[in-house]
Amino acid sequence: MDPAKKEHELLVSVSPHVRDSVTVSGIMWTVSAALLPALGAGVYYFGLSALYVTLICIAAAMASESLVNWMTDRKGSLSDGSGFLTGLLLGLNLPPSAPPYIPIIGAFVAIAITKMLFGGLGFNVFNPALVGRAFVLITWPRAMTTWSKAAVGLQQVDATTTATPLGIMKEGVAVSGHTIKGIEALVHEFGTKSDAYKAMLFGNIGGSLGETSAVLILIGGLFLLAKRYISWHIPVSFIGTVAVLAWIFGGIDNETGKMIFFHGDPLAHVLSGGLMLGAFFMATDYVTVPSVRKAQLIFGIGCGALTVLIRLKGGFPEGVMFAILLMNCFTPLLDRKYRTSPFGLRKEAAKQ
Amino acid sequence: MSLATFKGGIHPPDRKELSKGSALTRAKVPKTIIIPLSQHIGAPCSATVEIGQEVKMGQMVGKADAFVSAPVHSSVSGKVVAIGQFPNAMGRMVPSVVIENDGQDTWVELKESPDYLNMEPDAIKAKISEAGIVGMGGATFPASVKLSPPKEKTIDTLILNGAECEPYLNADYRLMIERPSDVIEGLRILMKLLGVQNGYIGIESNKPDALDMMGQAARGTSIKVIDCQVKYPQGAEKMLIKAITGREVPSRGGLPMDVGCVVHNIGTAVAIFEAVRYGRPLIERVVSVTGKGVREPKNLLVRVGTMISGVVEQCGGLTEDCVKVVSGGPMMGFAMGTLEMPVTKGTSGILCMVEGETKGSEDYGPCIRCGRCIDACPMFLMPQMLSILSEAGFYEECKDYNLFDCFECGSCTYVCPAKRPIVQFVRLAKSQTKPG
Repeated sequence: MDPAKKEHELLVSVSPHVRDSVTVSGIMWTVSAALLPALGAGVYYFGLSALYVTLICIAAAMASESLVNWMTDRKGSLSDGSGFLTGLLLGLNLPPSAPPYIPIIGAFVAIAITKMLFGGLGFNVFNPALVGRAFVLITWPRAMTTWSKAAVGLQQVDATTTATPLGIMKEGVAVSGHTIKGIEALVHEFGTKSDAYKAMLFGNIGGSLGETSAVLILIGGLFLLAKRYISWHIPVSFIGTVAVLAWIFGGIDNETGKMIFFHGDPLAHVLSGGLMLGAFFMATDYVTVPSVRKAQLIFGIGCGALTVLIRLKGGFPEGVMFAILLMNCFTPLLDRKYRTSPFGLRKEAAKQ
Repeated sequence: MSLATFKGGIHPPDRKELSKGSALTRAKVPKTIIIPLSQHIGAPCSATVEIGQEVKMGQMVGKADAFVSAPVHSSVSGKVVAIGQFPNAMGRMVPSVVIENDGQDTWVELKESPDYLNMEPDAIKAKISEAGIVGMGGATFPASVKLSPPKEKTIDTLILNGAECEPYLNADYRLMIERPSDVIEGLRILMKLLGVQNGYIGIESNKPDALDMMGQAARGTSIKVIDCQVKYPQGAEKMLIKAITGREVPSRGGLPMDVGCVVHNIGTAVAIFEAVRYGRPLIERVVSVTGKGVREPKNLLVRVGTMISGVVEQCGGLTEDCVKVVSGGPMMGFAMGTLEMPVTKGTSGILCMVEGETKGSEDYGPCIRCGRCIDACPMFLMPQMLSILSEAGFYEECKDYNLFDCFECGSCTYVCPAKRPIVQFVRLAKSQTKPG
C-alpha cells in the first residue's frame, strides 16, 4: 500500500460517522406493505374491480408526482415511496365500484395539489390521500357513496349495492312501518349483535375497500407499532375517544327517536367505517400530524371527538376523513404549544 | 433490578469486539514528536523552551497562562528542533513544539508522594494542575478546573465515567481490567481532594469483566460500582449523573457541580493517580486503534506527540478498503484528512472505517417530521425543529427550541431516516448566534 496515495483518499465528513439503517423510503415501503392484508381483503370481498381502482390510484399518483417534478425542474422523487403510499391509501378509501376517472382525479388532487404544490414530501399541511378523497366525495357524492355488497368471489358481474354499517346506524332501516336506528338497526340487518361485530371485524360488509376488515388493518397497524414506525399515542387516543363518546352519545331510543346517554355501542363505532384505517394509517402520517407525544394525544382526542360529532350529528355517516383533515390544521399549533421541556429545565423552573 | 440509565438515547452496534481482547502494549516511540501547545479546551500554552534546547522527558514545554488551561510536557528526552504551526486532529493549525528524540527517555526529577492519601488538598490539586491533566474521554477540559468548584457549591458526589458509550473504543475498558487498583486510587485521591464520601464508578453492562474487576478493587472502600444500561450517550456527563444519582444538571449552561457532582473519566483518574503518586506529568495515554479499516486493532499506550500514521503502522497499517480515519469515536469523533498529525491528550481512539461501515457526506432529504430525533435526544430537545430552522437561516429562532442545551452527541443524526446532518445544522446555528 502506498501511504501517500491512501492519504488523499480519506473521506472527511462531519460526525456522527455511523448511521441507523432506517430510511424514509424504507419506512414508506414498509407502511405500504402493512396495508397489503387490507387490500387483499378488499379484493377478496369485492372482486378484481377493487384491485383495478387501487392500481389506477397508485399509477395516477406516481404520474402526477412525476409531472409536477418535471414542471418544476425537480429531480424525481418516486423512489421515496411516498407517492406510492398515497395512491394506495387513496385506493383503500374509495368504493370498489368507482369509475376510473374518480381515482385518477382523486390521485391528482392528492399528489399534485395537496403534496407537490406545497413543496413536496415533508411540506404538505394536509394528508394528501384524504384531501383527494374529500375532493372526489364532494364532487361525485352519488358514485362515492354507492357501495357494492361484499360477496366472496373474484368474478363479480352484477354487483348489488348496500349501505355501510355506519349508514345503516345513521339512516336506519324500516321495520313494520317505522324506522329503527343505531345498533338495533345493525342487529336487524345482521341477525345478532355478535354477527354484526364478526362481519365488521372480518370485512363482510359494504364500504370502501380499506374500511372493510377491521382485523386486517389492525394487524398492519400492530406491525407498524412493533417496528416502531408509529407510536401508540394517536391510534389509542383516537380510537379510545371514539369509543367513549360513542358510548356516551351514541344511544338512541327508537320509540321516541331521542338520544339516550350512556347507551351507545362503542364496539360498533370502533369496528365500522374508516376508523381503523384512519387511526393507524392516516392520522399517523408523520408530515401532517404533531411529532411531540403530548401533542399527538391531543391530536388523537380531537380526531376522535370530531369523528363522533360528524357521525352522530353531521350530514355524512362517516366523519374520520374530515376529522383528520380538520385536525391537520392544528398540527403546527399543537407542536408549538407542547414543545418539549429540555433536560434539567423542569427542576430549575420548579425552584424559582 | 433494572440498570441505571436515562431517558432517550440510541443503540448503535457497539463493535467493541474488534479491539476488546487486545491487552495494553507500549507503542514504539518515534524519532521525532510534535507536541501541540493547545491540547485542551481553554487558553493555549506559551512555549517555555527554545529551538536547540535540550529537554528531558516530562519537562514542561508549554506553560498555562490562564485558569482554564493546562501545561504540556515533553514525552521524550531530546532536543527542540522547531516551534511552529502544525495541524491537529480537527484540522486546525496550532502552535507546536517539535522535539527530536534522543532515545534515552531521561526523566526530569519527579516528586514522588508515597503517602498521597494524607496530602493536603491544595498540594494534591497543585500536582494535578502541574501535570497538565485534562479530561481524557475526548473533551479535554482541564481537570484542575473541575476540581476547583467555587466555595458556594457543595460537592458531595464523585463519579468516574467508565461507560465508554462510544462504539468501537476500548481504552477505558482496558484500563479498568488491567489496572483496576490505579483507577480506584485515582478516585480515592479525588474524593480526598474534594472531601467527598460518595464515590461511584459507572460502567455499561456490556463490560461485565470490567464491572467485576472494579467491584473487586473497590472492596473495602466506600466506592460503589454501578451497572449502567448500554445506551449511547450513557457516558455523557449529564446522562451519567442522572443514571447514577437521579439528579438533573440544570439546563442553560448548568454544570455538574450545580447538583453537587464532579465527573471524571477513567483515563483521567489513572493519570491523576500517576501524577499525584509518582509526580509524572501526562505524556502518555491509551489509544484504541480499531475499526475494520486497520489490519491489527490494538490498544496502545502512546506517547503524546507520536504521529498517528506511526501508530497506525504499528497496527499493520490501513486495509485497502479503509475510507475514513476518525480521531475519537464514531459518534463524536473527527474525520481526519491526513494521518500526519500527532496523538494528543484527548485522542481516545483512532478509528479506521471501511466502506459500508461509514459514509462521507450523504445526500439528505427534507424532514418528514417522524419524531425519531425527539425520542432519541437525551436532552429532550426537538432536533427536527433546530435543523429546519437552521437550514432556513432562522438562527435566532433556534433559541426558542433550546439550541444551546444541545451537546452535539449526534443521536438525532444517527436515527434520522432522511439522513439530515442535524448536528451540523445545530453547530451552524450555534456559530451564528449567541446564548441568552
